[in-house]
Amino acid sequence: MLENIRLSFQGIWSHKLRSLLTMLGIIIGIAAIIAIVSTIKGTSQQIKENLVGSGNSNVEIKLMQGEWPYASGNDTRPSYVPVVDENIKAEILAVDEVTGVASYRIGSMYDGINCGDIGLEGVSLIGADPDYLSLAGYTLTAGRLFTDRDYDRYMKFAILDATAASTVTTGESPIGKTIEIKGDPYVVIGVVEQTDTFTPKITSIEDWETYYGDSAGGRIFVPDVDWPMIFGFDEPYNIIVKPRSTDDMTKAGKKTADILNDHFTNTNSENQGENGYKYRSQDLLEKAKQMQEVSESTSRQLIWIASISLIVGGIGVMNIMLVSVTERTREIGLKKALGARKSVILGQFLTEAAVLTSIGGLIGVSGGVGLAYLISNVAGMPVAISGAAIAISVAFSTVIGIVFGFIPSLKAANLSPIDALRYE
Amino acid sequence: MLLELKNIYKTYIQGSMEIPVLKDINLSIDEGEYVAIMGPSGSGKSTLMNIIGCIDKPTEGTYLLDGYEIEKCKDRELSAIRNKEIGFVFQNFNLLPRQSALDNVGLPMQYAKAGKKERRERSLKMLEMVDLADRVNFKPTQLSGGQKQRVAIARAMVNQPKILLADEPTGALDTKSGEQVMQIFDELHQNGVTIIMITHSPEIASCAKRVIRIIDGELYEGTDAPKKHVASEQETPAEDTREEKEASEEEQTSEDSEA
Repeated sequence: MLENIRLSFQGIWSHKLRSLLTMLGIIIGIAAIIAIVSTIKGTSQQIKENLVGSGNSNVEIKLMQGEWPYASGNDTRPSYVPVVDENIKAEILAVDEVTGVASYRIGSMYDGINCGDIGLEGVSLIGADPDYLSLAGYTLTAGRLFTDRDYDRYMKFAILDATAASTVTTGESPIGKTIEIKGDPYVVIGVVEQTDTFTPKITSIEDWETYYGDSAGGRIFVPDVDWPMIFGFDEPYNIIVKPRSTDDMTKAGKKTADILNDHFTNTNSENQGENGYKYRSQDLLEKAKQMQEVSESTSRQLIWIASISLIVGGIGVMNIMLVSVTERTREIGLKKALGARKSVILGQFLTEAAVLTSIGGLIGVSGGVGLAYLISNVAGMPVAISGAAIAISVAFSTVIGIVFGFIPSLKAANLSPIDALRYE
Repeated sequence: MLLELKNIYKTYIQGSMEIPVLKDINLSIDEGEYVAIMGPSGSGKSTLMNIIGCIDKPTEGTYLLDGYEIEKCKDRELSAIRNKEIGFVFQNFNLLPRQSALDNVGLPMQYAKAGKKERRERSLKMLEMVDLADRVNFKPTQLSGGQKQRVAIARAMVNQPKILLADEPTGALDTKSGEQVMQIFDELHQNGVTIIMITHSPEIASCAKRVIRIIDGELYEGTDAPKKHVASEQETPAEDTREEKEASEEEQTSEDSEA
């Protein structure tokens, strides 16, 4: 066997150009597959790393109407949707997978908020409960946070995030400035920054909607108790929970949503149907996975196309092996005259085909790795080289050699020694 | 009796024509004999040689070799017989161009599944026997014609077969190299190897203890051959040898360029 492999290398080396051209189909196919698999793996790894690495594994549980979030800021709380009070929060906190809970209300304001002459457009107004800011990963960069006293006294205080702060003032501190929310003056007492920032890779408008859609203009936080004063009606709460670990995100979200839904007061309302309201968890990891699945299914189709190149490459190998058998008819005849069995000749040619395609596979793998890094540099896509994909690719190229080398090898093995020796 | 051919016929079919090559050949050769087969080109002597060497099959007749009924043997058994019972020497050497002399000699042992060490040792011994111990790692392209033929003889004898078949072993060699080859054959004969050799040259044939002639597919022992053929034989060989020499030279060059 080793002898055969050594001879195959000799044979391939003595026909360098021909061997290279024969391997080309295999090289291209394997390189394409490695490059595609690397980008898929890179993207998925980056999404996960961003989520885990940022520590932002919080799960939001939002009131949904069918597929859409409750149209906030427009309507009063449906009477059967519960008010999330301390009791419900305590119940949620009792869930094993949950280590923290906060409630908030959110409204996207396209107008109605201004600071003097400066309008704050597209800003998200968030009514935060006392735990919200710390739980959601905000840290204070200037001023102070809300105190219990602010909540008790329904103080008209506001805290801005960095984006909103930069809109309000340029250079100077926004602390102490007054902003008007629907005509009501609110005093800015602090500026916060989300330290554990999750910066997902934005490659499409859908991604943007997922991660930033509701807060492009920045965020303004007010005590949630002020909410009815701003909007004039009571709005349902959204919940944010901190799971025990990243792996618990989905479970924590679902269990919390179940608890909230159990508190609905209508048991058989017509509103429970498709258009009914329901709390549902918004798991970023799950969302990311969904997005990824779309891109993966596209990539899978690409892999199929690359596989066709492998088959074409295999046929090329078969063709050249047939030529090689014809060229070496005399050699085969001689070997048979010296006592080589059919199996010996078969083994020799199969080994040669397999070695040829395996070398092609190896070249293809290195080409694919190179291509992957090229993609990552040029198109800025994350890549991760998969060891399993490399192993499978090389093994697969060997199999191609054996499969497509079989007919030529059989032809060689079945040559009659006298015909082969006489061949001119 | 080492080998016995009985009523051997060989007929080639070319299109709708049947071309008889061997007609009713009866031949028996004892162990240790040194036989020369002579005859004009196209007389069928090579075909006879190939049948004896189990690389061709007769159309009709029976062939017994060292107790084996060859026409009943399976492919696998024939391979083993060719490997262990018979050594081949060709006019144009038929060495593998990309492999060293040592590897070429060891080839039949590889097919006999001999161990690597044993293979090397015996191959070296064989190359010593043909006086090429200093050319062990040379490739065929680096060897002269006579040296190549001696490598081929070493290869033929490496599995210690009973029979050595040589198809014009000196046909492509100069006189001096040819003499060296014949000397080796003599030594082998003295060691009890049965040698069957095709030749055109009466001089070479005279080395053999027994001469048979094939003329138009029929076999004649010694001087039984019809007079006119014996006479014509004297003229044809020179021409023949030259032609074949050229042919083999061409082959060598093409082999070289491939390598």
